Amino acid sequence: MHELYWLIASAAAFAVTLFIPVSGPWAALVFAVPYLLSGWSVLKEAAINIAHGQVFDENFLMAVASLGAMAIGDYKEAVAVMLFYQVGELFQSYAVGKSRASIAELMDIRPDYANIERGGQTVRVDPDEVRVGDVYIVKPGERVPLDGVVLTGKSSVNTAALTGESLPREVHEGVELLSGCVNLTGALTVRATKVFAESTVARILEMVEDAGDRKAQMESFITRFARVYTPAVCLGAVLLAVVPPLLALGSWGMWIERALTFLVISCPCALVISVPMSFFGGIGAASKRGILVKGGNYLEALAAVDTLVCDKTGTLTQGSFSVSAVHPKDFTEARLVEYAALGEGFSSHPIAVSLREAYGKPVDEKRVSAVQEIAGRGVSVNIDGRAVLIGNGALMDAHGIAWKPCHVAGTEVHVAVDGQYQGHIVIADQIKPGAKQAIDELKALGISRIVMLTGDTEAVAKSVADELGITEVRAGLLPEGKVRAVEAVMGERGGPVQRKLFGEEKGMVAFVGDGINDAPVLRRADLGIAMGALGSDAAIEAADVVLMDDRLSGISEAVGIAKRTISIARQNVVFALGVKALVLLLGALGIANMWVAVFADVGVSVIAILNAMRALTTPR
Amino acid sequence: MKKAFKMTGLKCANCGAKIEREIGKLAGVNDAKVSFMTQRLTIDAEDVKFESVVDQARAIAGKIEAGCSF
Repeated sequence: MHELYWLIASAAAFAVTLFIPVSGPWAALVFAVPYLLSGWSVLKEAAINIAHGQVFDENFLMAVASLGAMAIGDYKEAVAVMLFYQVGELFQSYAVGKSRASIAELMDIRPDYANIERGGQTVRVDPDEVRVGDVYIVKPGERVPLDGVVLTGKSSVNTAALTGESLPREVHEGVELLSGCVNLTGALTVRATKVFAESTVARILEMVEDAGDRKAQMESFITRFARVYTPAVCLGAVLLAVVPPLLALGSWGMWIERALTFLVISCPCALVISVPMSFFGGIGAASKRGILVKGGNYLEALAAVDTLVCDKTGTLTQGSFSVSAVHPKDFTEARLVEYAALGEGFSSHPIAVSLREAYGKPVDEKRVSAVQEIAGRGVSVNIDGRAVLIGNGALMDAHGIAWKPCHVAGTEVHVAVDGQYQGHIVIADQIKPGAKQAIDELKALGISRIVMLTGDTEAVAKSVADELGITEVRAGLLPEGKVRAVEAVMGERGGPVQRKLFGEEKGMVAFVGDGINDAPVLRRADLGIAMGALGSDAAIEAADVVLMDDRLSGISEAVGIAKRTISIARQNVVFALGVKALVLLLGALGIANMWVAVFADVGVSVIAILNAMRALTTPR
Repeated sequence: MKKAFKMTGLKCANCGAKIEREIGKLAGVNDAKVSFMTQRLTIDAEDVKFESVVDQARAIAGKIEAGCSF
């Protein structure tokens, strides 16, 4: 605020001096007042920096340019350069502060305290003090401080800060609770399963903070460019001031004036700020949607992905089994499911669980007796006094019962009652809702090749791939086989295609998996994307991009945000360099004066920063 | 050893880049990163030299941008 008042005072002083009818040496004295008012801090810092042996910084350049203008009698220009430079600086720090604040707000998921029961009283302690196994209480409206398991209570929690998903999640006894969620309706008693530093919130915050350290290639390019740009323009200014007058091509005054124009444009600030700011904004926009990108370089890589290798289970499919077909012979469908569910009523095998889910009623244990599990085949039971066999084809063969294979891909459960075949139930993994649409979106975003990997059989894999419109499938793979498959795809793609100066353009091979058993694959691919990674340490560690929830559409969203960020950053580079080059040329020819140069410096900075701030928003 | 520091008084992005470059040149430093947007300095340096590296880095920051420290 202090700077703003100072600026207004200098501008007012400048306006007044414009009406004072003086000329010659007296004018220098009059204009020195607004000049010193507006430029004092710049002149001071320039002096300090010269004392430190630092030349070529922006203060030095502005000081030389404006003092030079004063020296040759361009008083108004001298004041204007300082004034507009200060306006630009003020705006710049405001914009940077604002964009920082909006990211900070986004990342404001750090819980301040945990409620701990101590001596019959609830006390607030720092989450850092809570140990694994301690019990804490989360009241409605409070943020969950540490990862834990719900002991008592029933509530819904808002996971938006972690996943970007606005629909609340229901939690009850026995459910794992992640730190950073906000408890909405009922009080919960929770046992901590991780200390604060290893809890989800702490890890997410660390990851976002670290993201600034991994710079995009475009950022590094701009920094390298800035390093040569300023000295080069300054050298140009010196040559322009000295050479033409020596060749008798005009007066010293005229060429010095043009040289000063050069100095005003020699600041690389617009570039050096706007490019990192665009990437920072893009990373922020992604995290708002529950997508954590571990660095600007990965944002660049995301935008250049044109080949996607996906794991099937847990990525394209839900990774949980459910009944997908019921084919009875003489029984009704409901009766067949009822018998299968009763017979498998005591098993905790995923297939038994899905049968009971399909039945939908509690299993009446009194109807079932003489349960005998036959390892690897199924179960033999007595239901309502009838001998029932439930299991695979081998079980039917062993009892000499003829059975029919099914055309639906999945695990077949055959049922025989009193030695008679009664049909089968097919249990399969379900494709995620919205998966087809997500795959289509990815294709529309320029990902031309999609390969599906799975440890399952060819038949199961094919049926999933066909439904999703994926043409390439590698089935029957062990975890090591997945690494080799990704390597093979990367080999066929032939590596990323570099776009000069601006990072990769295309050719990146991304692998997306759910982080279970595929950490080595996530590491091996050009870009590893882990999805549904909430709570999976290995995946968060190994992946470059982490989708907090398991929506497949997160991938296309991430690619979209990345492409938009890159294009904003490129616009800034092209715009800033273009205007500066043009004004340098016009300045050398004497067409552009110092006023134009001030615009090329400050105006371009402001426009580039405004443009960079667009990266923070996610258009939906 | 790798450690992150919160910077104060870093007003110019180009100065941040210069500070990063100069600290990176110090003996014993494996890597140095300055993020202007997060105002964060990360130094990765050999354990034995770490303290002296931090002191030198602080001097560099103040020299390149007056009033800048961490």
